[in-house]
Amino acid sequence: MVERTIVGAHYGLSGWLAQRITAIVMALATLVMVCGIWSASPLTYAIWKSLFAKWWMWLSLSLFLLSVMLHAWVGVRDILMDYIKPTGIRLALEVVFLLALAYYTVWAMQILWRI
Amino acid sequence: MPDLTAKKKRPLWYNLSPLNLPLPGLVSIFHRVSGALLFLGLVWFLFLLDMSLASEAGFARFRAYVGHPLVKLSLLGFLWAYLHHFCAGIRYLFLDIDKGVGLPAARASSYAVLAVSLALTALLGMRLW
Repeated sequence: MVERTIVGAHYGLSGWLAQRITAIVMALATLVMVCGIWSASPLTYAIWKSLFAKWWMWLSLSLFLLSVMLHAWVGVRDILMDYIKPTGIRLALEVVFLLALAYYTVWAMQILWRI
Repeated sequence: MPDLTAKKKRPLWYNLSPLNLPLPGLVSIFHRVSGALLFLGLVWFLFLLDMSLASEAGFARFRAYVGHPLVKLSLLGFLWAYLHHFCAGIRYLFLDIDKGVGLPAARASSYAVLAVSLALTALLGMRLW
């Protein structure tokens, strides 16, 4: 019998797991937010803003926005690994998309703090 | 008895064009395409959310902007992408825990994903229009 030790940084597994966990979080947050928006009428600015100020809407939106950045990163990385074979170009694209997602995260926080 | 002559027919060239894909394959490539689309749209969704929550005037601009037919059409496309990604994602979560991996179940759930996401797009789209 051959003794096999699994080596590596396990980035693949953590990415895979993060994708699933964020997916479940987003699915639940979506249902909560759809119910919230559905119940809000008439849709004026005051009602719209106070809707997102409710703790459960705010929590759902913030969890959603945080999750979507992580989830999108795993997905984008998977797509780049599948189709962009030259390492240099792939690395460059990964940096561009990662920076974009980092910027979106800061932007999302700014939106959330303002509510 | 295994058919030994079958070995001589290798290599096999599969026709992988989307029109020739089995249903689970179609759901799979749509999942990828819709995911990529949603990623590209993310900057726009943040822009819309920011505008709608920023101020009274921003909200008014948001409503006027979203009322434009071209914007509505794009949003309808993204709505489908989201709903397909959502439904197919739930299907994959079940496949991850070995539920529905048999061929008949996988075909039936693929069909359900395509049908439910299209139906929900039509339903929500009509309401939002």
